[in-house]
Amino acid sequence: MPQMIKGDTGDWEIVIGMEIHAQVIARSKLFSGAATEFGAAPNSQVSLVDAAMPGMLPVLNKKCVEQAVRTGLGLNSKINTRSVFARKNYFYPDLPQGYQISQFEDPIVGKGKIEIDLPDGSVKEIGITRLHLEQDAGKSIHDQSPTKSFVDLNRSGCALMEIVSEPDIRGPEEAVAYLSKIRMILRYLGTCDGNMDEGSMRADVNISVRKPGDEYGTRAEIKNVNSLKAVQQAIDFEARRQVEIIEEGGKVNQETRLWDPNKMETRSMRSKEEAHDYRYFPDPDLLPLEFSSQWVEEIKQTLPELPDEKKHRFMDEYGLSLYDASVLIAERSRADFFETVAKDGGDAKLSANWVINELLGILNKNEKALSDSPISAEQLGGLIKLIVDNTISGKIAKDVFAEMFASGKDAEKIVEEKGLKQVTDTGAIEAVIDEVLAENPDNVEAYRGGKDKLFGFFVGQVMKKSQGKANPALVNEILKKKL
Amino acid sequence: MSLDKETVKKVARLARIRLTDAEVEKLGPQLSNIINFVEQLAEVDTDNVEPLANVADINLELREDVVNDGNCVDKVLANAPEKTQGYFVVPKVVE
Repeated sequence: MPQMIKGDTGDWEIVIGMEIHAQVIARSKLFSGAATEFGAAPNSQVSLVDAAMPGMLPVLNKKCVEQAVRTGLGLNSKINTRSVFARKNYFYPDLPQGYQISQFEDPIVGKGKIEIDLPDGSVKEIGITRLHLEQDAGKSIHDQSPTKSFVDLNRSGCALMEIVSEPDIRGPEEAVAYLSKIRMILRYLGTCDGNMDEGSMRADVNISVRKPGDEYGTRAEIKNVNSLKAVQQAIDFEARRQVEIIEEGGKVNQETRLWDPNKMETRSMRSKEEAHDYRYFPDPDLLPLEFSSQWVEEIKQTLPELPDEKKHRFMDEYGLSLYDASVLIAERSRADFFETVAKDGGDAKLSANWVINELLGILNKNEKALSDSPISAEQLGGLIKLIVDNTISGKIAKDVFAEMFASGKDAEKIVEEKGLKQVTDTGAIEAVIDEVLAENPDNVEAYRGGKDKLFGFFVGQVMKKSQGKANPALVNEILKKKL
Repeated sequence: MSLDKETVKKVARLARIRLTDAEVEKLGPQLSNIINFVEQLAEVDTDNVEPLANVADINLELREDVVNDGNCVDKVLANAPEKTQGYFVVPKVVE
């Protein structure tokens, strides 16, 4: 459902296209052999190529090309077996070359599309315009001195993929869903770690507003939108700002604006305007990039099952709801964890419930990641197996689960040590029921006189006497007979 | 083709070269001459001709993804007019 903005003159539709910059997972840089690891000492991972010393020549990293192709395949996009690197010219202290090597007219990946999952349970298709490879810039630090900026070139020359969407996104909810899905796909593919805190994934958001059915309005490009929350807030703010301008009779400027997360507003970056004259031209240091479709086919063979395929399989194969399937596929490791639990436990739906509601719940409460879970997938599967084969009841299982989380012990061991095995011996249950009935003659009388509600009271008494170990189904059955 | 003064100033600004008015007067005609010289190429009919990337019949060489460079902060910073704690230091550029 597109989210509209209510203005004085009626509803306005928000039209959004996104440009996502994703740092490519590779050991070395796009055009040099310097390391790419995050957090190294300043300028320690800089070669003379990255520092743009005169005479240095770029040599393209094969792995980065492969990662871009992989990502293109994961985005269901056309792979261009011939692409061209171009220079994008602008000046900034953290860009030592005075130009960024990027791709302009002939990108490595062309048109494609992905599915996004919306909070109301619906699915929408978003078009991908292109993906191209380019160099990252260095990093400027402005808060160390009142009059100077410090420059670290460690990030300079690291490979980036810029993923451009069609203007198919309508509102903040869809924008967040789109960014989340791209992040998920990249992480599944192992082509970008998707870590927005460390800046390995960054988004620019193009926003315009229009009356439904009208032509596209003039758009503003919002930079520095670096978390899912910021995407939501920046779009909310910017769309409202544009509606106000138009309704007051003004015109929206086509310009670059910066999102300020502290002031919760976007503001014009005037200095960027002139720089938009990038004077692209083919980089004379690099020949066109060409590879065979045979190689693309080989890469295709190594793709993992992608989030949407997995989601559909979980729904078909295990009968899970769209919601449960979406939660489980959010991380590849989470989906794998669930599948192990389901295999060992023998009941997929029950396993999904336990993973989502119990395990993820308690991990979240303890601020732990799934990888740090004291209960392994095999152990949780073991617990579910005990429920499935009636060794313990679901209620007892919750106590066992808490004990497992605290001690890391196997469910079977805990059940044995504490004598929690469910009583399924009808003789034993009958004996307990007889006791309860003998102790409560008045209630038995009243029940037989028509007070049906007392049935729950008897069940409660029997369960209490058996310390929760009596099989509830059998208790119900035998009680009914005896009463 | 003759470049007007505004275009000369714009090109200079994009290249971060500061020109006095006298220099704009002097360089404008020179730049126009260069452009006119190169524009002779436009006389060649290039319809149906694919752009040529290189004259030698070679492919772009790719390198394997190995770390074999960097770790030379002293060399990288050797020409820096100002530096501290491994950083280049430049005039403040924040907006």
